[in-house]
Amino acid sequence: MKLRDIAHSRTGDKGNISNISVIAFDEKLYPLLLSQVTSERVKALFAGVVAGTVVRYELPNIAALNFVMDQALGGGVTRSLALDAHGKSLSSALLDLEIDDGFGDTDPAP
Amino acid sequence: MRSIRIGSGAGYSGDRIEPAVELAEKGDIQYLVFECLGERTVALAQQARMKNPDGGYDPLLEERMRAVLPICAAKGIKLVTNMGAANPVAAARKIAEIARSLGLSSLKIAAVVGDDVLDACKDSDLPMLEIDGTMRQLGNRVLSANAYLGVAPMAEALNAGADIVITGRASDPALFLAPMIHAFGWAMDDWNLLGQGTVAGHLLECAGQITGGYFADPGFKDVHGLARLGFPIGEVSEDGSLVITKVVGSGGAVTSATCKEQLLYEVHDPKRYIQPDVVADFSQVKIEEIAPDRVRVSGGRGTQRTDTLKVSVGYVDSYIGEGQISYAGPGAVARGRLALDIVRERMQLTGVATSETRFELIGIDSLHGADLAARAGEPYEVRVRVTGRTENLREAVRIGNEVETLYTNGPAAGGGVTKSARDVVAVASVLLPRDLAKPSIKFVEA
Repeated sequence: MKLRDIAHSRTGDKGNISNISVIAFDEKLYPLLLSQVTSERVKALFAGVVAGTVVRYELPNIAALNFVMDQALGGGVTRSLALDAHGKSLSSALLDLEIDDGFGDTDPAP
Repeated sequence: MRSIRIGSGAGYSGDRIEPAVELAEKGDIQYLVFECLGERTVALAQQARMKNPDGGYDPLLEERMRAVLPICAAKGIKLVTNMGAANPVAAARKIAEIARSLGLSSLKIAAVVGDDVLDACKDSDLPMLEIDGTMRQLGNRVLSANAYLGVAPMAEALNAGADIVITGRASDPALFLAPMIHAFGWAMDDWNLLGQGTVAGHLLECAGQITGGYFADPGFKDVHGLARLGFPIGEVSEDGSLVITKVVGSGGAVTSATCKEQLLYEVHDPKRYIQPDVVADFSQVKIEEIAPDRVRVSGGRGTQRTDTLKVSVGYVDSYIGEGQISYAGPGAVARGRLALDIVRERMQLTGVATSETRFELIGIDSLHGADLAARAGEPYEVRVRVTGRTENLREAVRIGNEVETLYTNGPAAGGGVTKSARDVVAVASVLLPRDLAKPSIKFVEA
């Protein structure tokens, strides 16, 4: 299944830094986020977009993760050549991440 | 226990105006806050003020004030806003003029000044946070330097009886914290209360983004009534307890999910959300739905404020030129790629001097590049986009021209060329010792 099936997300920007939240629809699924949505996977997904580090912050209080991506916005919102200078569309790309729920592809989570 | 209701009437300068009118009319609020100042808006406003000493405030100030002032005056709702941008005093005078023209009298308007710290920073060796070098090295490219002020001058203005407080650069959550400090007299070193108040301000500052705006994803996150989205109300009590809600019957929804998305919006380390008045800690925040469109938010904490204020520095960075053209029907993508190849080769042949470029197909790879786009099928239409950074406007213009000449020199059936060239006012930051910013208040009576 896709990350989109179990979590929602919003992107924010500050200067040349983008942050993406990943929030479990159901708090019980937070461990799945913790184990599968790692900063390494996020960095790999955005290899062509993010030039700097990807740091993951964990928020068990709201069953959410926050990814902070350095050098992600083409020099910053105000000087970027990108059509989406704020990087606001990045959250949708992240929700396409494939999640293994441990039940196999043909057997959706109970 | 005492409590107040604060409405959030705008999340950015160009925001809708009717939801603020609805809040004033039906929200049973005592305070209405308009957050209208983006990161680079102050620099652009400073340019406007250089051309006109009475200008440099928010372009929608008059329209917004005409819509809400009569209701707020009748109901005693106090307004707090950063629509002063680069010229809060001129904005206050303008509001007084609008109030008089509407037949409103005895309104006390306070302009907060002192966020303009250009003189204190200009020739300093303060290091830039996002780019290499110091303030001094930017030289005459610097247009503006504005410090994010904290809550003190706004609360002082409200304590002195202001009906309207208009600021330039102030921290966004502080616009909401000011009414709390005024109403409850919280100590300015009660870090946990200030942290919880900052949570409230942060949740409210983007207006519709917590009532279901910027949230809908059909089939996954459905939101009703986005065309008549209601803006949020924060019910804050003296002990910092907070409920987020909205006007009954308005569009949108306040849910734990909308609140969680907004809590993390533009936040980096959730344990250290640095504000002028406090370093807020979101890591213990609890979010609970207690009734339809009523969400309780608790557990915001904080630690001692830092010794510096963040300053946004506006400077002339470069120029950007751009051209676009569309192709449709069978082979649209192939013709689009051919168009990109032609413009790339032309820019080399004619010697357009750029330091950075993008060649992309809107609808294919313009947002996240070729790798993420590889899964896409063939679309019916595609739009070519070429853009580049240059050192002067003349070079920037040449980029759009190379796209435009595709009309008679490029692939078949291209249409709808647009082109543009503009200067780039960029923003960087420095940290200024806080005693170098000296905010004060100027009153204007209407």
